[in-house]
Parts: sequence; C-alpha cells; structure tokens
Amino acid sequence: MARYLLRRLLALGPTLIGVSVLAFLFLRLVPGDAIAVRLGTSTVLTPQQMDELRAYLGLDRPLPLQYLGWLGALLRGDAGYSLRTGQPVVCEIASRLPVTMELALAAALVALLIGLPLGLLSALRPHTGVDLVARSLGPLGLSLPNFWLGTLFVLLLARYLRWMPNTGGYVGFTQDPWANLRFLLFPAVTLGVAMAAVVMRTTRSAMLDVLGADYVRTAHAKGLAASAVVGHHALRNSLIVVVTILGVQVGYLLSGAVVVEEIFSVPGLGRMLLTAINQRDYALVQGTVLVVAVLFVATKTLVDVLYGWLDPRIRLG
Amino acid sequence: MAGSIRGSAWADVPPDGATTGPRSPRADGAISRVAVALFRNRAALAGLLIVGTFLAVAAAANRLPLANPLRMVPQDRMAGPSWALPLGADAFGRDLLARLVHGARLSLEVAFASVFAALVAGAVLGVVAGYAGGRVDQVLMRIMDVFFSFPAVLLALGIVAALGPHPANVVLAIAIVYTPIFARVVRGPVLALKEREFVEASRALGAPARRIVGRHILPNLASVLVIQTSIALSWAILTEASLSFLGLSAQPPTPSWGAMLNEGRQNIELAPHLAVFPGLAIMLAVLGFNLLGDGLRDALDPRQRS
Repeated sequence: MARYLLRRLLALGPTLIGVSVLAFLFLRLVPGDAIAVRLGTSTVLTPQQMDELRAYLGLDRPLPLQYLGWLGALLRGDAGYSLRTGQPVVCEIASRLPVTMELALAAALVALLIGLPLGLLSALRPHTGVDLVARSLGPLGLSLPNFWLGTLFVLLLARYLRWMPNTGGYVGFTQDPWANLRFLLFPAVTLGVAMAAVVMRTTRSAMLDVLGADYVRTAHAKGLAASAVVGHHALRNSLIVVVTILGVQVGYLLSGAVVVEEIFSVPGLGRMLLTAINQRDYALVQGTVLVVAVLFVATKTLVDVLYGWLDPRIRLG
Repeated sequence: MAGSIRGSAWADVPPDGATTGPRSPRADGAISRVAVALFRNRAALAGLLIVGTFLAVAAAANRLPLANPLRMVPQDRMAGPSWALPLGADAFGRDLLARLVHGARLSLEVAFASVFAALVAGAVLGVVAGYAGGRVDQVLMRIMDVFFSFPAVLLALGIVAALGPHPANVVLAIAIVYTPIFARVVRGPVLALKEREFVEASRALGAPARRIVGRHILPNLASVLVIQTSIALSWAILTEASLSFLGLSAQPPTPSWGAMLNEGRQNIELAPHLAVFPGLAIMLAVLGFNLLGDGLRDALDPRQRS
C-alpha cells in the first residue's frame, strides 16, 4: 500500500507542473498587452510609464524566467492582488472557498441520497416499474441544465410558495447552522441532480454486474438470506465502482457551482470567479482556476488511493 | 478509471480498449444493422426524432414563416402564449418562438463546429499517440492529462474569459476541452488494433503506415467516434448554453438559448414562460443527443450487445 501511495503521489508532480504552466499561460492568452491586462480597462499611461511598469513587474524578461518567478511567488503563497479590491488573491479565495466546498459536499450528499437507492432498487428489480422510472430519470437528469433547474426552483419558491429562503442572504454555518442549511438546500439539490443521475446509472450497472457474478450465486446457493447477499457481497463490491466516479464528479460540482451560486446568490468561489471575469480581474480569475484545478487533481488522487485501498487488484496491478 | 472522465457528467468515455471487440475489418451491412438496432430501441428512436426535428428547424430557420427575431413590438412586451405569439413575447416584445428557432441554429452551429474540430484534432492525436507508441505516446498523453486536470466546464469558462465573450471563442473553448477526450477514446482501440493479425499482415506485406491507418485502423474506429460524437454534441450544447447563460457567448440582441433564459430570469415572477421555454429547448436538445448516444452505444458497442 505504501508503494502504491508513493507512486500516486509521484505521478502528481508532473501533472501539477503542467497545470501551473497552463494557468500561467492563461494570462498570455488574453489579447492585448500584459500591462493593460493587469491594469484593467480604465487606466491610461504614457509609453514611458508602461515601460517602467513592465520592467518593475519583470515582464521584460523571457517567458520561462517569468514563469519561474511567478511559480516561486506562488509557492510562497503570493498569487498577486485582486485589481478591484486590492486584497491578495490568496485571501480572496480563502474567504470564499469554504462556502463552495460546503455547497459541493451538500450536493454530493443529495446525489448519493437520490442516486444510490434508485440505482439499487432498479438493479434488484429489473424490468419493473421502479427500474423503468429510474432508467428514464437517468438521461433526463443528465440533460437537465442546472441553471434551468435552479431558475425553476427560484420561480417555485418566489411565485408559488411565497417562501424565499434566499432573501435573507447567506449565513455562515458557524453563525447559524439551521439558517445556513436552509439557504443551501435548493442550491445543493440543483447541483446534485445531474450527479444523482450518474450515481444512479453507475450503481445500477455495477450492481447488475456483481449480481451476475459467481460468488453471488455461491452465496445464494449456500443459503444466505437475500439481504445478506445484497448487503454484504453485492453492495460492498459495487460501491467501489461508485467511489471511483465520485472523484471525477467533484470536477462537475466545482464548475457547476459557478452557475448555481450565481442563481441563488451564494457568496462562493464560483460567484467570485464570474464577477472577476466580468470585471477583467485576471489575477483573481487565474488564481481561482488554479485552486480549483489543484483541488480537482487532489480529489482524483485521493479517490485513486481509496480505490487502491479498497481493491488490492488495483494497487498491486 | 471506469465511467465518465473529466469533470463533466456527460463525457461518458469507455475505458481504454473497451470498445474494440472481435470484429471483421470490413463490417458489411454495418449501417443497416445499426439502423435496425436504433429503430428497435424506443429511447434511441425518440432521441433520433428529437435530434432530427431540431436539425430540420435550425436548418430552415430563415425560411420558416416566423417573425423577425430582433423586431420589438412594445405592446407585446411579456405577452403570454397566444395564437399570434405561440410562445409569447419577451421583455422587449420580441417573438419568443422566432428567437428560440434562431437560437437553435446558433446552438447547433456552435456545437457541430466545436465537436467537429475536437473530433478531427482528437482523432489525429489519438491515432498518432496509439500508433507511434513509445515516447510520442507518453508526451502526448501527459499533455492531455494536464487538460484533464481542469474541470471541463471551468476550462471552457476560463478560455472564453481570456479570449472574450463571443460564439467563435466558445467554439474554440469547447474544441480545446473536448480534443483530449476524443484523443483518449481513440488511443485505446488503436493500441489494441495495431496488434491485430490483419494489421500485422498488412505491415508484413509492406504497406506504409499511411495506408495501414487509413484502410485498417480508421474504419474500425468509426463506432467509437460515432458514439462519442453524439455524447460530445449533447455536452457542447449544454456548455454553450451555460456560457451563454453567464453572458459569455453571443451578445444581445442575438438570440441565444442560455442568454434568453437568463433574460427571462429577470422577470420570472411576471412572465415565467420566458425562462421556462428556453430551458425546455436546451433540455430537449441535450436529451435528444444523449438518448441517441446511448442508443448508438447499445447498437455499436459489442460489449453491450447481448
């Protein structure tokens, strides 16, 4: 296990370097002068002032050197400053990240609560009403745009139920856990639905695979109760497959959060990213994209490790 | 890693090599066999019908007897559905049906252009990586891995943010995001195919790599590519709509589904239909390509065929 862990961690290195190069090049992708990009749209400088600023910021150096300088600063926790607020990018992100993490976790919970039972039922009772409903909901859940679902929720809450939990604004979990959860309920459901469809499909097909396996037939044959066979033999083995997709789904949750946070006015990372994009606050955009990518890579590695721990064939293979 | 890769729920990619079953190099009557399988599968047939309808409507958008999607009629502002305005009118008094139809055109143009670019680039990269093997393969796949480190929609969002809000940039962004996915689904089967007897035989006969790839490898990738293309199209439509919703695709007054939905959100209590219909259009289009993709997978993937 230790060797497997080490191998996974070593593989992380090149990926993270690649991610940082891409995030660095992101600023170069922006059309126009790098200075103009950093200053936003409103500032007018003389050409001489531009040159001075360029030298001050090290932008007259060759690109690889600039990258190394940027990376060095990054490793010391300096990702630049937000143009609009003047705050360090790191602080801006740190203040928003917990909100998005909570939303993503809540959405994942919603997805598991809907997806697992539905997938299980549909695998255990194939070609029945439950199976038909579950299998029809699958593609529907995947095709439902989360920004539409969110909008419909807002409509439902505001117009028909006259209950708008969002008008009160966001409340931190530590301040008032109940108000916090109530606020995040609909955003989490909105974000969780598409993932629930994926969880449902994966659970269903994994369960069907396992239920047809020899060891399940043996378990039945030696007279184990059906509940023991399903619970102990089938479900545990199919959960391994479900765990593996969760890691990938974290990427979906993090990018979906942008839209959902916008609709429900959740003050998370996604909403900040959108504001930063609209205000051409590129340092903040760069920092946010980088943080999300690192989070995504870290989760995928974690899931790989978990997978190896659950299934010896993976870590020894 | 089984199941979907990337941060997208829609990028459902089979594991490497999984979709190349034992099959004759030249599958006679393959198209008719697939057609029969599709018609037997009710969900796939529904998908085909939805996709066909959207394509026909989008293609004929300029010839249909519809109002000008940009014409504002002040007295129609936020009108509900009626005989004259089947889906009502938006906050500027523009015919919603006409705007949805023209929006379909934009949405499908962006989706097809980006997926076609990703298909070509991804297939080339995947075939080169898989066929060349060795260091070429390693370098190419490591680069692809970097792209896989970003959640898909977020990567597209970042690219459009940097390049500026425009449908052409959305096409580029979606193409960049989807190229590695095509490369990865193609590479696996290529790795398996190049060890097969008919490829070895061709190589032994002295055929150049160009001929081996063109005659023996590419035709056998058709099913993988067809399935993936359908799924990619559904993802592309959804992503374009998301970006448009966030104001990063076509700019007003151009009719674009996501932007229309976002505009409808402003008046959601007064005129809910302005948010409901564009969302319905997006969902139907995405659903159509998803169902078609699932059906094609069932019809083409030997693993799934019972």
